[in-house]
Amino acid sequence: MAAVPVACTQDRAPAPPTLAESRVRAAWLFLAPLVVLMVLVAGWPLCRTLWFSLTDADLKDLGAARFVGLDNYTGEFGVLRDPDWWRAVGNTLLFAGVSVAIETLLGLVVALVLDADFPGRSVVRAAVLVPWAIPTVVSAKMWAWMLNDQFGVINHVLMTTHLISQPLAWVADPSLALGSVIAVDVWKATPFMALLILAALQMLPTDCYEAARVDGIHPVTVFVRVTLPLIRPALMVAVIFRALDALRVFDLVYVLTSNSRDTMSMSIYARQQLVDFQQVGLGSAAATVLFGTVALCTALAITLGRVRLEGAAG
Amino acid sequence: MAEIRLRNVNKRFGGVQVINDVSLDIADGEFCVFVGPSGCGKSTLLRMVAGLEEITTGELDIGGKRVTRLPPSARGVAMVFQSYALYPHMTVYDNMAFGLQLARTGKPDIDARVRRAADILALGPLLQRLPKELSGGQRQRVAIGRAIVRSPGVFLFDEPLSNLDAALRVQTRIEIAKLHASLRASMIYVTHDQVEAMTLADRIVLLNAGEAMRRDGSIAQVGRPLDLYHRPANLFVAGFIGSPGMNVLPATLAGATPERAELVLRDGTRASARVDATTLPADATVTLGIRPEHVGLAPADGTSALAGRASHVEQLGEASYLYLETPARDGFLTVRQGGDTGVAPGDAVAVTLPEAHCHVFGPDGRAVPRHLTAGPTGRPGSAGVH
Ligand SMILES: Nc1ncnc2c1ncn2[C@@H]1O[C@H](COP(=O)(O)OP(=O)(O)O)[C@@H](O)[C@H]1O
Ligand SMILES: [Mg+2]
Repeated sequence: MAAVPVACTQDRAPAPPTLAESRVRAAWLFLAPLVVLMVLVAGWPLCRTLWFSLTDADLKDLGAARFVGLDNYTGEFGVLRDPDWWRAVGNTLLFAGVSVAIETLLGLVVALVLDADFPGRSVVRAAVLVPWAIPTVVSAKMWAWMLNDQFGVINHVLMTTHLISQPLAWVADPSLALGSVIAVDVWKATPFMALLILAALQMLPTDCYEAARVDGIHPVTVFVRVTLPLIRPALMVAVIFRALDALRVFDLVYVLTSNSRDTMSMSIYARQQLVDFQQVGLGSAAATVLFGTVALCTALAITLGRVRLEGAAG
Repeated sequence: MAEIRLRNVNKRFGGVQVINDVSLDIADGEFCVFVGPSGCGKSTLLRMVAGLEEITTGELDIGGKRVTRLPPSARGVAMVFQSYALYPHMTVYDNMAFGLQLARTGKPDIDARVRRAADILALGPLLQRLPKELSGGQRQRVAIGRAIVRSPGVFLFDEPLSNLDAALRVQTRIEIAKLHASLRASMIYVTHDQVEAMTLADRIVLLNAGEAMRRDGSIAQVGRPLDLYHRPANLFVAGFIGSPGMNVLPATLAGATPERAELVLRDGTRASARVDATTLPADATVTLGIRPEHVGLAPADGTSALAGRASHVEQLGEASYLYLETPARDGFLTVRQGGDTGVAPGDAVAVTLPEAHCHVFGPDGRAVPRHLTAGPTGRPGSAGVH
C-alpha cells in the first residue's frame, strides 16, 4: 500500500480511517462488554416487565399469560385507577422530597464542620460514614427495635426524661409512621450527602477565603456569596443521586412498616401486587410506571441542572 | 498615615522557627521589598503583617496602632495574592465591588470606586467578564484593582508577577511602580527575583534562610537597592544581589592600610582592594569579591593580570559573558563585557581586577568596609589595575 501513488489510493482503495474514526472505533470496542452486560442484566428484565404489564400473567402460571393491551394501566382494575397506587405515589414523593431536603441541609452542616481543621478530623470523618456503610436491611431492623413501642430504647428514653407520658407507636401510628421512616433515612443518607459536599468544599480555592478575610467580609456573606455558588454543581449532583434513590425506596420501608398503607411506596405497591396478590401483570404495570417516573425525574433534574449551570456561567 | 513597625517579630510553625527576630520600620508611602531565596519566610512575614498568620512573639504596629492581635480586616491593609485569588464565579466588576460591602459604602460610591480603579488599570472593557475569560496579566490587574478600590493605607503584594511571562512581567512591574507613585500608599512587595527588588524598591529587606536565619536573625541586610549592590554586608547578600552573581576568589591578606588591602590569590596573583582591612589579622584567610561587570580584560602585555582560559562564551547582543577557567578558583570566573568581545572558547584570556571595585570579606563572611570615592552611584575613579 505504501508504494501506491497517492492519486491511485484516492481513487481505488478506501481511505484509511482518520484519527477520530479509529478513536471512535476503539471507544465502541471498549464499551462493547458493558453494553452486552447491560442488555443482559437490565435490558432483558426491563423488556420482560414491559411485556408482562401488557398481559394478565399470574405468578402461578406465567406461561398462560394473555395479551390484554393497556388494561393493567387504565382498565377497570388498572394501576392508574387504584386509589392505593396514588396513595403510594403521594407517600413516595413526600418521602423523597422531605428526606432529601433534610439530608441536604444536614449534610451541608456536617460537611462544613468536617471541613474545619480540628484534631482527630480523619477519625471523625470515617466514623460519620458508619450509617452509610451498614446494609439498609440491618440498620432498618436495628431501628425497628429501637422504635418498638413497648421495648424500644427511644420510647424508654423519652419516658424517663418525661418528654412523653405514654409510649408512642412510632411505626404503627399512621400519623407518625412516615415521619419515622424519613428520620431513619436521614440518619442513613446524611453521611453520603456530607461526604459528597465535603469533597466539593475541599476543591474550593483557599486563597479566595484569605482574600475575603483581608477584605473583612462577614463569614455568612462569604458562605452565601462564595461557597454556595461554587459548590452548587456538586450539590446538584448529590441531590439528584439521593432523589433517585429515594423515589425507588423499598427496603427501609418494607423492614420498618411492611405493607402498611400509611407508608407504602411505589416499589412496595408493585411488590405487593406481584408477589402477595400474584398479579404479575398488574405488578409489572406498577413497576413500569415507577420506572417511567424515575426516568422522567432524572431527565428533568439533568435538564434543569444544566439550564441553571449555564445561567450561572452566562 | 500608615507606617509599619515590626518589633522582634518571630514565627514558629510547631517547633520550627521560620522567622527569627525581625525588627523593621517602614515609612508611610515607602515601597519596601522583601526578597530572598525560596522558603526563607518572605510570604510568612507578609502574611503576618496582613494578619493571615499569627505572630508567635513580637509586636506589629500599623499607622501608630498596635495590631498584633487584630484580625486582618482591622489593619487597613489590602493584599494581592500570587494566585490572584479572584472569585471564579463573579464578574470583574463584582470581584472588585465585593470587598467594599463591609465598609458600609453606598452603591453609587462603590460604583465610582470600581470605575476609577478600572480606569487606572485599563479594565473598563472587561468589567462584565468572568476571571476565566481573562489572560493572566488581566487577572493580575483585577487583583490589583480589588486592592485599589478599598484605598488602604498599606498594599501587600505576594509575588504578584511570578505567574506572568517575561514581557508582561516587565510591563506590569512598571505599572506597579507608577501606581505607587500616584497612590503614595505604603507597599510591601514580596519576590524571590532580585531584579524586581532592585527596580521597584525604595528599600530592600533581604532575608536569610536556614542556618544563617537561626544564627543571625531573618534579616540579612536592609537598605536602598544600590546600598545592597555596592555595600553588601556579607557574602550571602553579595551573591544574591546582582545577576550573574558576584565572583568570589579565595585569598590571603598580605597587607592592610586604612586605604587599601593587599591580597594574594590562590595561584599567587597579587590583587588589591580599596577597603579598610586593618581590623583583620595579617595572613587572614579572606574572600575577594568582584562583580562580572567590573572584571576588565587585560591588555595583551598585562603582566600582573589574572590568567585564565575561556571555557564558554554567551553572546547576548548588547553584552557577552565569558566563563573563564582560572587556577585562582574552582568553577568559573564570570566576566561581562559590552558588545562582542571576539573571544572564542579555548582562547587564553587575562583579566584585571580593578581595586576600586573589589570587595573583601573576612573569614566569617562579613564584608570589610569599602571606600567608594565617588559615592555609591558614581563610577569610582580610574581602575587600579595591577
Ligand atoms: N502553614 C505552615 N505550616 C508549616 N510550615 C510552614 C507553613 N507555611 C510555611 N511553612 C514553612 O515556612 C517556611 C517559609 O515559607 P514561606 O514563607 O512560604 O517562604 P517563601 O515565601 O519565602 O518562599 C518554609 O520552610 C515552609 O515550609
Ligand atoms: Mg512565598
